[in-house]
Amino acid sequence: MKLADLLTQKKSQIVARWINLLYDSYPPETAIFLKKEKDKFDNPIGYGISRGLNGLFETLVQEMEREQILAALDEVIRIRALQDCSPSQALAFIFLLKNIVREELAEELEQQNLMEELQELDARIDGLSLLGFDVYTRRREKLQDMRINEVKNRVSGFLRKSGMSMNDI
Amino acid sequence: MAKVPKPSELLPGISYQPPAKGWMDVKPDFRPGTYCNPAAPKWMEWIGYPYPQARSIPDNEWGLPDNWQEIVLQGMEDRLDRFRSLKLFFDICVRCGACADKCHFFLGTGDPKNMPVLRAELLRSVYRRYFKKIGRVLGEIAGARDLSEDVIKEWFFYLYQCTICRRCSLFCPYGIDMAEMTLLGRELLASVGLNIDWAMASVAQCYDKGSHIGATPQAFKDMIDFLAEENERITGITTTPSYNRKGAEVLFVTPSGDYFADPGSFTLMGYLLLFEYIGLDYTFSTYAAEGGNFGWFISHEMGKRLNSKIYAEAKRLGVKWILGGECGHMWRVCNQYMPTYWGEPVNFLEEPVSPITGTRFENAKIHKMVHISEFTADLIKNGKLNLDPQRNAHIKLTFHDSCNTARGMGIFEEPRYIINNVLPEGHFVEMPPNTIREKTFCCGSSSGINASENMELRMQGGLPRANAVRWVYEQYGVNHLGCICALDRATLPTLLEYWVPEMQVTGITEMVGNALIFPDEIERTTDLRDRDLEGFGEAAEEDAEEGE
Repeated sequence: MKLADLLTQKKSQIVARWINLLYDSYPPETAIFLKKEKDKFDNPIGYGISRGLNGLFETLVQEMEREQILAALDEVIRIRALQDCSPSQALAFIFLLKNIVREELAEELEQQNLMEELQELDARIDGLSLLGFDVYTRRREKLQDMRINEVKNRVSGFLRKSGMSMNDI
Repeated sequence: MAKVPKPSELLPGISYQPPAKGWMDVKPDFRPGTYCNPAAPKWMEWIGYPYPQARSIPDNEWGLPDNWQEIVLQGMEDRLDRFRSLKLFFDICVRCGACADKCHFFLGTGDPKNMPVLRAELLRSVYRRYFKKIGRVLGEIAGARDLSEDVIKEWFFYLYQCTICRRCSLFCPYGIDMAEMTLLGRELLASVGLNIDWAMASVAQCYDKGSHIGATPQAFKDMIDFLAEENERITGITTTPSYNRKGAEVLFVTPSGDYFADPGSFTLMGYLLLFEYIGLDYTFSTYAAEGGNFGWFISHEMGKRLNSKIYAEAKRLGVKWILGGECGHMWRVCNQYMPTYWGEPVNFLEEPVSPITGTRFENAKIHKMVHISEFTADLIKNGKLNLDPQRNAHIKLTFHDSCNTARGMGIFEEPRYIINNVLPEGHFVEMPPNTIREKTFCCGSSSGINASENMELRMQGGLPRANAVRWVYEQYGVNHLGCICALDRATLPTLLEYWVPEMQVTGITEMVGNALIFPDEIERTTDLRDRDLEGFGEAAEEDAEEGE
């Protein structure tokens, strides 16, 4: 069996571990809550992480457009970009998948000759991380833009009166 | 020398279990983006607030007065005596945790100290240490701790991560109101010179010039006149606002966000059209040019000072009652605090009666101020408005219940009634029940913390709200978020720019302005924002040509 098939077969276990590992990076009280609360509106961080990691996993087992991959990364990174001070902390979660796959598929990896495919997966996870830096930077730049736009917008009615637009200042 | 960290070592909870630290030992992380700048001394001097001094959060030295502990403890003792609520809320909590996961700041930041139960404990621990025998004797074992500079810093950090929205209170079996504790905690901070600049600047400007943005009377009038001209250009209807006119029946007060910033200014255009349509005898005041009350975010005393301004002006002008625009905390102050501030009903005004429908607003008999949504819903209910919902066909709306009007005073149905009358059928979609009405999620930027320097914090606090908005966008193609609060109109566009950029924010009266049919209007081809209407003007002609 190919690695991609094995990954698809064990998707739920692998992604669940990935999600839980990321939850564990929050303070213990918060991690308990994130794991317990299943309502997506009462647990928006949990919902965002779960939706994002499920989507990201799919990008590794299926072929997808670059924009779809970036969108999947953005689901998680836009939360992390607010909560973590450094890009390394915000993006560390992507690399965790390598170990999870090795642990979840330990037997299969040993029995079947999958080393080449595993290397290929590792490389794709690395690629995902590099794209993650693009997404992270985009999010941080957006925050800066929003700061500027908000200052301008506070007098937007006045700008309109003066015949100017937000772009004029 | 250290090894390069593995990815798992960069995430603290994963590679090792952090030593079980008690909450008292975890210090706040004043990371840029998560806190508001301290108030500049000039604002404090303007309104006579104590210990004005240039301060910087990253500095260890916050410039507290020498006897700051004495001031804070004396202030706490005084407030325990004056506010039974504070003493009750300190004593009665059994830490059941019902509130723990209800705060939007906890849900968005994941910081346990934003669990309301723990945020309250920041204050309660000091109360226990100095005002309860058990705390004095047993100290930390009894959840008590000394009042240190670290504690004060922690208060500053977390009391400005509470938007006084009271969602936690809804779920507390005892009804403990975190907002009360936050407000009084902020008073204690202010008593030793610690205030945030964004709120303090707004307060000082409002106190000195008449509005939070510091607009002069001339600028205020100019701006509203301009919006009246815009109305005329788009609808052909001349609206004629008056200013400081003695003897008008009604004083109209609205937040400065409605006349200086989009999209609030479109809502103000809606007010002008509505009042023109019904022939309301009203006046603006350049002195009461601010409906909002950032003073209340600093202290009850300052809240009272700014609130009094509106009523002093109503008295001077000799109006019968006050009509208030789409604002949130203006209403919370009137409904929840004003009777206590004043100690008696407002006797120089009359119980509001709609001059158009004759409806008596008994709910406003104490403060004599009617919310525009109550007023408009009554007009529609009595068939006084000729409305064409098709003019809002380009809008598919969901409604954000603003905390102050919804949880604070129970305005749930009026805006929905208006919405259903100004939108075509099927164009209004509710967000999930656990995110609206009394359970509504806060915008995450209210209570004076809509500064720009704390943007990361605001985006986290607003995540629960945005998450529900995104859901109706994805499920039903909703493209507008409606609200009846000027602070929402100022802050939700930014929140949505981050989380759901496809959505726009609108006031409800703006849509009323779009839908109103005046007998002598020009052909309407755009809405009040100059956006083409669906099925009107060129769009209608194109449709007709296609049909042929």
